[in-house]
Amino acid sequence: MRSPITNTATRYGWAMIILHWLIGIIFIGQFALGFVMMRIESQRTAFELIQLHKSFGFLLLGLIILRIAWRLGNRAPALPPSVGTLERKAAPLAHFALYAFQVALPLSGWALVSVSTLEIPTMPFNLFVMPNLPLSESDAAESFWSAAHWYLAYAGIALVALHIAAALRHHFLLRDTVLTRMITPSSARE
Amino acid sequence: MHTRILGLAAFAACLAMPVYAAVALSDAAGSYTISPSGSSIHFTIGKAGGGGFDGAFGRFKGTIRIDNADVGRSKVDLTIYPESVGTGQGRIDAFLRSDAVFDSANNPEIQFRSTNVTRTGDTTATVTGRLTARGKTFSEKFTAELGGLKSGTIKFHVTGKVLRSRYGMDVGTPLYSNVVDFNMTLTGRRG
Repeated sequence: MRSPITNTATRYGWAMIILHWLIGIIFIGQFALGFVMMRIESQRTAFELIQLHKSFGFLLLGLIILRIAWRLGNRAPALPPSVGTLERKAAPLAHFALYAFQVALPLSGWALVSVSTLEIPTMPFNLFVMPNLPLSESDAAESFWSAAHWYLAYAGIALVALHIAAALRHHFLLRDTVLTRMITPSSARE
Repeated sequence: MHTRILGLAAFAACLAMPVYAAVALSDAAGSYTISPSGSSIHFTIGKAGGGGFDGAFGRFKGTIRIDNADVGRSKVDLTIYPESVGTGQGRIDAFLRSDAVFDSANNPEIQFRSTNVTRTGDTTATVTGRLTARGKTFSEKFTAELGGLKSGTIKFHVTGKVLRSRYGMDVGTPLYSNVVDFNMTLTGRRG
């Protein structure tokens, strides 16, 4: 019996499943946190929420690097036979875009804090000082990265919504294993 | 003629002596009003990863009274208007004025009232007093060094460390140190 940690040709292993849900939950949480922290009245709470958002952003970046490394060493299982030709072409593109956003979003946030003229240090979860990216600070650069981070966040959440809608369609309309195989590595329905 | 020579001799003697050691306390005794010109109140807060965060208060008022008979009975009163905080970065100034830090709308004054002055050297003294900010009062200690005394003007260089968390201003720790380093020049004019 093979270890259910790694992926096989027909199912995902626990490592990929756990990373998927952990990143998914933090990603959606980060979107909500980002939205709230920019609108909240109390400057003190806003400051603290922004630091928390930065902490989770670096946690995400670490998890995503781990996930990409794991994915490169572990092929994703093949799509079930029920999946149509158009979807077979679209799904890898959508997944590639999801990975690209997972990398671009934390990086754009890191760039934003690095160029900000506020010069606020970054200490993920108050554990250690995260150095800034080697970018020169200016108000113009801060506006640019702020806008970039903002647009990427909205595009990213739209892509996540599409991803969730596709998963629900597979489960409830097509009644295939695309969603369930991302919940447990069970081969019962393979 | 004799008095003039004596005067010159006294002047020469003063030059030869260590700076201000020759200043008789009786010369300094009196009441002074802190003058905004020639005075400044700077502060620095250390930042995680190095460097510091600098600012200054633009508006403040106060008095210095030096007791002729007993230095320990000297008194310093200082009122700082936190609304006047300046860091060179408008967004940070707005943050400092907000209820995140000074809440200057509800707490327009930071007050220091000395309770004890202890002379520690020819030109130095420790000033202990009660500092009130955001409705909280604690005893704080500052070091004052006489920096000049001439024609009714007295100048002190004052330094001290204050823990901001005690005054409900702990926001940003540990990114920003809890210790606020004060560096002030207070120039008082007699009267």
